[in-house]
Amino acid sequence: MTRLTEWFSAGRSSGKHTLPFVVILLVVSLLASGANLLLPEDSALYVSTYTITLLGKYLCYAMLALAVDIIWGYCGILSLGHGAFFALGGYAMGMYLMRQIGDRGVYGDPLLPDFMVFLDWKELPWFWLGMDNFGFAMLMAVVVPGLLAFVFGWLAFRSRVTGVYLSIMTQALTYALLLAFFRNEMGFGGNNGLTDFKEILGFDLQADSTRVSLFMITAFLLAVLFVVSQRILSSRFGKVVLAIRDAEARSRFIGYRTDRYKVWLFVYSAVIAGIAGALYVPQVGIINPGEFSPINSIEMVIWVAVGGRGTLIGAVIGAILVNYAKTRFTAILPDAWLFALGAMFVLVTLYLPKGLMGLYAQMMAKRRPRILEESAVKESATKESEV
Amino acid sequence: MSAIENTVENLRETFRRDQVWPFLAPTQTKVNVDNQMILYVEGLNLSFDGFKALNNLNLYVNDGELRCLIGANGAGKTTLMDVITGKTQCDSGTVFFGQNHNLLNKDEAEIAQLGIGRKFQKPTVFEEQTVFDNLELSLKTDKGVLPTLFSRLTPTQIDRIDEVLKIIGLAKHRFMLAGALSHGQKQWLEIGMLLAADPRLLLIDEPVAGMTPQETEKTAELLTSLAGERTVIVVEHDMEFVRSIARTVTVLHQGSVLAEGTMDQIQSNKDVIEVYLGEEAGESEVGEDAVEGENA
Amino acid sequence: MRHLIALCCCLFGLLSFSVQAAESSQQDPFLTELAGAKFKDMVPILDQLAEIQGEAILPLFHTLLGGDLYYIKADKSLVGQFDEQGATVYKDVFNQTLVPNLSKRDVKKIRVNNTLRGYLRNAIAQIQLTAKSPKVRESAVRELLSKLDADTVALIESLYAKETNNKVKEAMGLALSMHTASSTELTLPNRLVAIERLSSSLEGDARNLLTTLTKDENPAIVKAATSALEKIAQRANRFAFIDQLFFGLSLGSVLLLASIGLAITFGVMGVINMAHGEMIMLGAYTTYVVQLMMPNYIDYSIWVAIPAAFLVSGLMGILIERLVIRHLHGRPLETLLATFGISLILQQLVRSIFSPLNRQVSTPSWMSGSWEINPVLSLTLNRLYILAFALLVFFALVIVLRKTSLGLNVRAVSQNRNMAKAMGVKTHWVDAMTFGLGSGIAGIAGVALSQLTNVGPNLGQAYIIDSFMVVVFGGVGNLLGTLVAAFSLGIATKFLEPTTGAVLAAIIVLVFIILFIQKRPKGLFPQKGRAAE
Repeated sequence: MTRLTEWFSAGRSSGKHTLPFVVILLVVSLLASGANLLLPEDSALYVSTYTITLLGKYLCYAMLALAVDIIWGYCGILSLGHGAFFALGGYAMGMYLMRQIGDRGVYGDPLLPDFMVFLDWKELPWFWLGMDNFGFAMLMAVVVPGLLAFVFGWLAFRSRVTGVYLSIMTQALTYALLLAFFRNEMGFGGNNGLTDFKEILGFDLQADSTRVSLFMITAFLLAVLFVVSQRILSSRFGKVVLAIRDAEARSRFIGYRTDRYKVWLFVYSAVIAGIAGALYVPQVGIINPGEFSPINSIEMVIWVAVGGRGTLIGAVIGAILVNYAKTRFTAILPDAWLFALGAMFVLVTLYLPKGLMGLYAQMMAKRRPRILEESAVKESATKESEV
Repeated sequence: MSAIENTVENLRETFRRDQVWPFLAPTQTKVNVDNQMILYVEGLNLSFDGFKALNNLNLYVNDGELRCLIGANGAGKTTLMDVITGKTQCDSGTVFFGQNHNLLNKDEAEIAQLGIGRKFQKPTVFEEQTVFDNLELSLKTDKGVLPTLFSRLTPTQIDRIDEVLKIIGLAKHRFMLAGALSHGQKQWLEIGMLLAADPRLLLIDEPVAGMTPQETEKTAELLTSLAGERTVIVVEHDMEFVRSIARTVTVLHQGSVLAEGTMDQIQSNKDVIEVYLGEEAGESEVGEDAVEGENA
Repeated sequence: MRHLIALCCCLFGLLSFSVQAAESSQQDPFLTELAGAKFKDMVPILDQLAEIQGEAILPLFHTLLGGDLYYIKADKSLVGQFDEQGATVYKDVFNQTLVPNLSKRDVKKIRVNNTLRGYLRNAIAQIQLTAKSPKVRESAVRELLSKLDADTVALIESLYAKETNNKVKEAMGLALSMHTASSTELTLPNRLVAIERLSSSLEGDARNLLTTLTKDENPAIVKAATSALEKIAQRANRFAFIDQLFFGLSLGSVLLLASIGLAITFGVMGVINMAHGEMIMLGAYTTYVVQLMMPNYIDYSIWVAIPAAFLVSGLMGILIERLVIRHLHGRPLETLLATFGISLILQQLVRSIFSPLNRQVSTPSWMSGSWEINPVLSLTLNRLYILAFALLVFFALVIVLRKTSLGLNVRAVSQNRNMAKAMGVKTHWVDAMTFGLGSGIAGIAGVALSQLTNVGPNLGQAYIIDSFMVVVFGGVGNLLGTLVAAFSLGIATKFLEPTTGAVLAAIIVLVFIILFIQKRPKGLFPQKGRAAE
């Protein structure tokens, strides 16, 4: 038991949250699932399937926030293109689910999805081949975002595009994909995207048990990715990543090929986003080009900013909190949500640069004045160096 | 005709038996210092928008030497270091590390891995990480992505870090964030990072700027102790400091070498006196300010 | 002979009836006869009317052609039905006086069929051929080109010699050549000459005729027609190229307007203002509001809207700089996020105030319409004006930056902020002013855009990414680069569109820039020297 704790808390700084987080996440998910499946609907503790799906959605967003935080919080690369990786993962899953519909579509074509019949296509485009195989489709859900991230990152980081330039390039990338996926000729269902899914691996997508299972799988994968990411970031690789964030030139001069580190971290992050997208689609039942829209990608960044970037737990908390607020807000005051979101962007960047986790750390520090002193020293030192 | 000949010649070149293809060649070969010379800089030229930062510069540094570079601002000292460490591409010329490493076709990381360490004018350390981590990152190890991901500190490495910590006098602060160190301590930490990497050649830009006299003395001691085993090139404005450490001094002026010799020889050199006391000195002084601002 | 008489009558009509017509028309017995007439009876009645009244009858014919001619059941007098601000009203066809107290039940429509419409068009053209204004005459000739018959040709032939206006004469010549070329009874050499003459025309009808002639029995005619068509096609291609170029330049001018403001703020402060698109949107809405406030002076509203938009967006920019961006100095990524938040707030604000629906901004009359250079090339005036306007704004800005003390300060800060500070430049003030200037120009861009597209809350979003691409492509902090980049991207997009479609063209351009930035991260015209490091 102690060895296990040791392994979990290997990372010194933020690693101490890992074990509690994983335990809480899994326990809460299990309880919610149990409350849905085992309790009668009129019970006070019953959790509706709608809530389960909603929670599953939040967990997908949390995973996505994890991906954004890894690249932004730890490496200082503000990607405004993670919506694209998310959507690509989602489309891979969507294509699999489309193929699973089989002849139950409106047109009853055994091979072609409805929209292709509608467009009068005669055969399946090559990139749809093999997508009826779950394993292959899931492979694509990680390979395609990963590959795109690799190619883009390789080009961008090698030629040392950094800062706002890079952010804008990633946004342009997402935008280009958005335009492309809107086209019917692309073969991804155009404007309407992919929807009307029936079943996954033979299980009915509408069934409570399937929904709960998807939710549990999401929770489990989130826990796994969280732990793995924590381990990676607390290894020497993670230290190099932090070093690149704070002083890239210095890192190069002590012998690290910083472009390679950035590319691989970017790919890793994109793969996580792809997985999140693949888990998201069966739970919400649709994937359309709207997921590529630049505003989505920026919204993810604010989840991380609210929670506190540079801490994985902060990203997860931020994603869940902001999306919960969004759900509530859009139900009560739909018009006010964009005001609230906009204000959040401004206020968090102005007054809460380290997010809620930063606030929490500050409060903890106040309780222990010794640490406060240290941070004060640090602060004045940084100020000095800025001058 | 000639095209075919060229192709054949290329093929012949490609399949020469006495050579290995570049991608098969071992990436790190030892630095060949058979001629007692570790750095060969020849005919280096570099201009920015018509301003000649380096003008046919030649410089040879012996293995194990402690060399001081002096010169007015804009004389090309920092630019020279930039070219040697791969930060800046030069227009023409050659730079060899030992007899076998052409530095001009390598990037910063490769050059660093060959064993050339560099300290900047303004101390740059990883402020958000501890002193210990800073040194760990600088250790001489395989710096590829995968080895780094799975690496663990060996006892030898920990000993090495402790040793360096002792040398730079930061043993007590090993778990302090580097950003919390004082300016002088950061200078030391940066030197410590160079030491941890176990380099053959150290390029040190203004090591004592912002240091107290005691610290300066300590630095001088450290640098002289390093020479012999390693080669050290120091750029410094503080003439007192240069006098205290230098055996050979090279004076740069307007992008080329003006004079070279011991401190006494330099001080009696006609050209140097003329440049430093003549009218040109004031002029170059002005031009240099802008340059310094940029480099920082 | 009948036509000669008709002609004489027309001429007579020109002299006398045009004055009389207004008073006399209502009494004309033929007019009341028109009410309730059967289709087959109408042609003779209309013939009579045309012969007697000449040009004065045109309003009636036009109204009839449009299907808006009614007669009052009570007294069989004729009225036109008009749509005025959503309400149906009836007016006298000739002098446009309102006939009060008429409801739909009191009137009956005079119906027209296709034969009648054809007849009307022809009749109108014939009347117009003899009109006073050369413009009317010319368009009448062109109107007739597609339906030349022996009668019209004879009419044109008789007028040709007397015609004094070159343009009208040219058009008439074309009509005659077309007739000659198509008449089989004429001699071959005559026809060949006519065909040869047709090859210099770009008129669609002439081309149609030549196309039919390529199927002629006579091989000489076929050969001549084919070569004439080729010649025309070549010329038409050249003009199509110019047309495309114009559209490219037009898009480029929009991009230029949208991005120079950004180029300034990004260049000077290194700050990406994601709310820049919303500054454009505010400018467009300002135009809308100005027009609401002066509905009777739409033609002049634009001269009020330009400074108003500059002020509104400029002040908003200064406000944003003072309240937010100033506090995020040296943190460009955070600035990007905060300004994005502001853009969301501004969009939602506009949605709450003006509704999420698009608003229509009217174009001043002097800006609408197009400049018709020849039958295949006509340039829309509003795009032409905006192109000129964009260049004007650009050069004005260059002058501001070169010649004023603000410009000097701005350039100083953009090149070396710390040094400028040390020299006593109030960098805070310069930042605020720069931001105000950049945002103000975005507002002006909004005025221009409102003339081209609908004004809606998402207006700015559509241009923001493109503007960034322009700035990045052109090289940050370089106005000339922005100019070149805007026009080259605009032209490239428009030349790609016909082959690839609009969406794919946009994607290709985006991907190109992404790749371009890999090669030259500093853009087309990088700031040179060591300061750029």
